[in-house]
Amino acid sequence: MSKDVAIIGVGQSTFVREYPGSIRELAFDAWKEAAQDAGITAKDISASVICSAPEYDLQRSPAGVIAEYLGFVPAPTFAIESVCSSSTSGLRVAYSMVKSGLHDIVAVVGFQKMSEITSADSQERMGRGSDIQWESPFGTMMPAYYAMHAAAHFKQYGSTEKDLAMIRAKSTTYGAINDRAVYRKVLSVDECLNAPVVTSPLKKFDCCANADGSSCVIVASADRAKELCKKPVWFMGLGSGSASVTLTGRGNCYGLTAAMKAAQDAYAMAGIKPQDVKVAEVHDCFTIAELLAYEALGFAEPGKGVEIVREGQNLIDGKIPVNVDGGLLSKGHPIGATGGSQVRTIVLQLRDEAGPMQVPGQPEIGLIHNVGGVGLYANVTILGR
Amino acid sequence: MSFKKFGRKSFASQTKVDAFVDYLEKGEVRGTQCKSCGAKFFPPRADCDQCLSNDMDWFPIDGVGTLVTFTRQGFAPTGFEKDVPYTTGMAAFDGVQVFGRLDGSIPEEEVEIGMKVAVRTIQYDDGQLSYEFIKA
Repeated sequence: MSKDVAIIGVGQSTFVREYPGSIRELAFDAWKEAAQDAGITAKDISASVICSAPEYDLQRSPAGVIAEYLGFVPAPTFAIESVCSSSTSGLRVAYSMVKSGLHDIVAVVGFQKMSEITSADSQERMGRGSDIQWESPFGTMMPAYYAMHAAAHFKQYGSTEKDLAMIRAKSTTYGAINDRAVYRKVLSVDECLNAPVVTSPLKKFDCCANADGSSCVIVASADRAKELCKKPVWFMGLGSGSASVTLTGRGNCYGLTAAMKAAQDAYAMAGIKPQDVKVAEVHDCFTIAELLAYEALGFAEPGKGVEIVREGQNLIDGKIPVNVDGGLLSKGHPIGATGGSQVRTIVLQLRDEAGPMQVPGQPEIGLIHNVGGVGLYANVTILGR
Repeated sequence: MSFKKFGRKSFASQTKVDAFVDYLEKGEVRGTQCKSCGAKFFPPRADCDQCLSNDMDWFPIDGVGTLVTFTRQGFAPTGFEKDVPYTTGMAAFDGVQVFGRLDGSIPEEEVEIGMKVAVRTIQYDDGQLSYEFIKA
């Protein structure tokens, strides 16, 4: 492993339905934890990358406001956006900034206050979530696109609604032990299966919990990491990809090609195979998305992802523990903060500091799979200690 | 004709392929084909990303297609609430895929992946133009 860029601090706010403060205060919660974790102050930050999905922000160009509130001025700051994968896109940029030698310590701050806009405004934005010229005019929405992937996967590979219910039931058992999660209730497989249909075949509990939240990841050069940090976690591989926005531009609907490309690139850079990953955070905005992730990441062959579910390989003591912090489904999905929160979980796992969520056996390699839109953008990040 | 006339609710008013709406009014659903390299596009494009030409022909989406996937939506974004529930999906035709809604009169239990479909144009009460999949 080339130990040249490290993560030296991580933080996240508690994910909640409605954060009782402003976006700058929300961002501060995550920064404070990450700064204390890294043992640095705002003066050490050489640049910051601020990540959110702007359709939820009332503040125009929030990067400046947040950088000011966190005390980063006069260091450069700017925004990076790829909807739900914004903060791992920000992480990719931060890695490049440090690797190039342009900056030595970069803060990646992700946040989203989804409750910043009214429910009616949110419904209106939902309609513009796909290609507004060719698909939004039919009344599409995010859950419908993932539902279409579920229907196609069922037909192609024989996966079932029960497999999806098992994924959600698993996420609730870990959401219950994560004190930062928005959804803490445990649900049985039957409760998930019997919930009302949102858009067939997806039901209420197949969909993730909206939340307000923030995350912060501190990226540093090898020199600064060794000087500041007892347990640096190192970047091993970064992969990213994109796919057609319109469904019509895609080869099929039972896999996400952007995630497959991102995974291949990340594994190639890291020089490892899928079975070398000992703990993973995958983008389970819907239950079907987690199943698609198993196959995109090579944890299972295409069509065999259900075996991971049915055999419990994805549990905390299984062959490949996945989303043992509750995932987006139960921990919550504050769009711009999500990727950074996934990174935080993996960093804590690799440092053996994940508390009740700690995967046994002191994992050495962890992976983060973060998807924006319906497989429109994807980032896969592999970390090691 | 303004592109604003396309769809149950329109979000985009200007495009170089607004002849799409003129064809809808004539009862036709058409995509574009690059005169230079022959690439076929649906939804239609004004510019070819393969050879950079912007000289396009319009070809009809006709014949029988196959339903690739679908979902029956129980919820809708703002502006579509009155139509709920409705079924959106994608079908494969000769060389292109088409996204749209299914004819609401097809019984729910008859909708399945692999079913044969055709496209037909429709006009809503408010004059908006669109197309939908019917059983073929």
